Amino acid sequence: MTASPAPEAPIPLWEVFLRARNGLAHKHVGSVHAVDATLALQAARDVYTRRGEGLSIWVVPSAAIVASDPADKETLFEPTGSKIYRHPTFYEVPDDVGHM
Amino acid sequence: MYSQALNAPTPLADTSPEATRFQERIDAEERIEPNDWMPEAYRRTLVRQISQHAHSEIVGMLPEGNWITRAPSLKRKAALLAKVQDEGGHGLYLYAAAETLGVSREELVDQLLSGRAKYSSIFNYPTLTWADIGAIGWLVDGAAIMNQIPLCRCSYGPYARAMIRVCKEESFHQRQGYEIMLTLCRGTAEQKAMAQDALNRWWWPCLMMFGPPDSQSSHSDTSMRWKIKRFTNDALRQKFVDATVPQGHYLGLTFPDPDLRFEDGHWRFGAIDWEEFRRVLAGDGPCNRERLAARRQAHADGAWVREAARAHAAKQRAKAA
Repeated sequence: MTASPAPEAPIPLWEVFLRARNGLAHKHVGSVHAVDATLALQAARDVYTRRGEGLSIWVVPSAAIVASDPADKETLFEPTGSKIYRHPTFYEVPDDVGHM
Repeated sequence: MYSQALNAPTPLADTSPEATRFQERIDAEERIEPNDWMPEAYRRTLVRQISQHAHSEIVGMLPEGNWITRAPSLKRKAALLAKVQDEGGHGLYLYAAAETLGVSREELVDQLLSGRAKYSSIFNYPTLTWADIGAIGWLVDGAAIMNQIPLCRCSYGPYARAMIRVCKEESFHQRQGYEIMLTLCRGTAEQKAMAQDALNRWWWPCLMMFGPPDSQSSHSDTSMRWKIKRFTNDALRQKFVDATVPQGHYLGLTFPDPDLRFEDGHWRFGAIDWEEFRRVLAGDGPCNRERLAARRQAHADGAWVREAARAHAAKQRAKAA
């Protein structure tokens, strides 16, 4: 088998977000590789909108995203578990009062 | 289009607390996301399976691409072009999913071009007539859908999400293939013979797409325990045969299997030539060399485009600075 040439320098990764229609938020749909923003938008359009999936595209350099660490999950999100008084069902309203 | 069943050795059982917790999450049908802890073997298995799947999509563009310029009508040509473009898109979704596991796109492409990576054996068969395009859509994509639907519930989030997108798009592929077969079967005797010939050549390789029989499949247990796989190779193969045989009979075609018979609610089929499967997978199918050569050529031909794009981006950055 012929050896292939040495791998080329990596092309940056971008995250793709689509707005399906006005009124909805942009939603993450996947990623593309591109050397700059113009080509990232073009690639996102080609790869993720072949069937009218969106009206607007955002591309964001993956390296620009700051993510929480899954190891911090408990510290970050557990405290809200015990704060049931933040939900409407915590409070009792007599049936006679009607819908509130 | 399809992921070939793997031939990975069964990893040793990991009894660390993390591994136990991991298995509990899997058992509870929780999805695993890229930054979560996962056993190395789970990561390796997924990288191999997802990248093989991606390679299959990309190589799968070649047998069909062969007929784009010779499609019998503008309608067929537009549909085939869209289908082949979809396969390219599917390859890209899947490469991106594999990359979330820490492997680079360049590495994956290099594995394919250097011949180290495997891809589905089915794409090493030639497309000799237009009827083959019908047979591929109907049978190859039909088999792929059978395989891919359970993968939409795979335990690894990015793979499952990519598969949902792929499955949505794949159903057009199968229907357009069946419609081609139907048109040929309702045409002249010569056209119907063409359809029959395509079925004769594609039937057995399609059954092989589901991978080795369960009795010889070393990886199945682990993949099932990790919920990467939800059904065994044999179960999916039987499901495919049960769904497909009546469709073939509707076309008025016969299957190239004298042992095919209806029994206990299932279409039972004859023995599969696993020797042929191993040969094709090992690189000795009718088109293995041609397929790899075409991929290498395409990659080499695109080098100047990538280089120009990099140079342009660098120039724009310098201008902006």
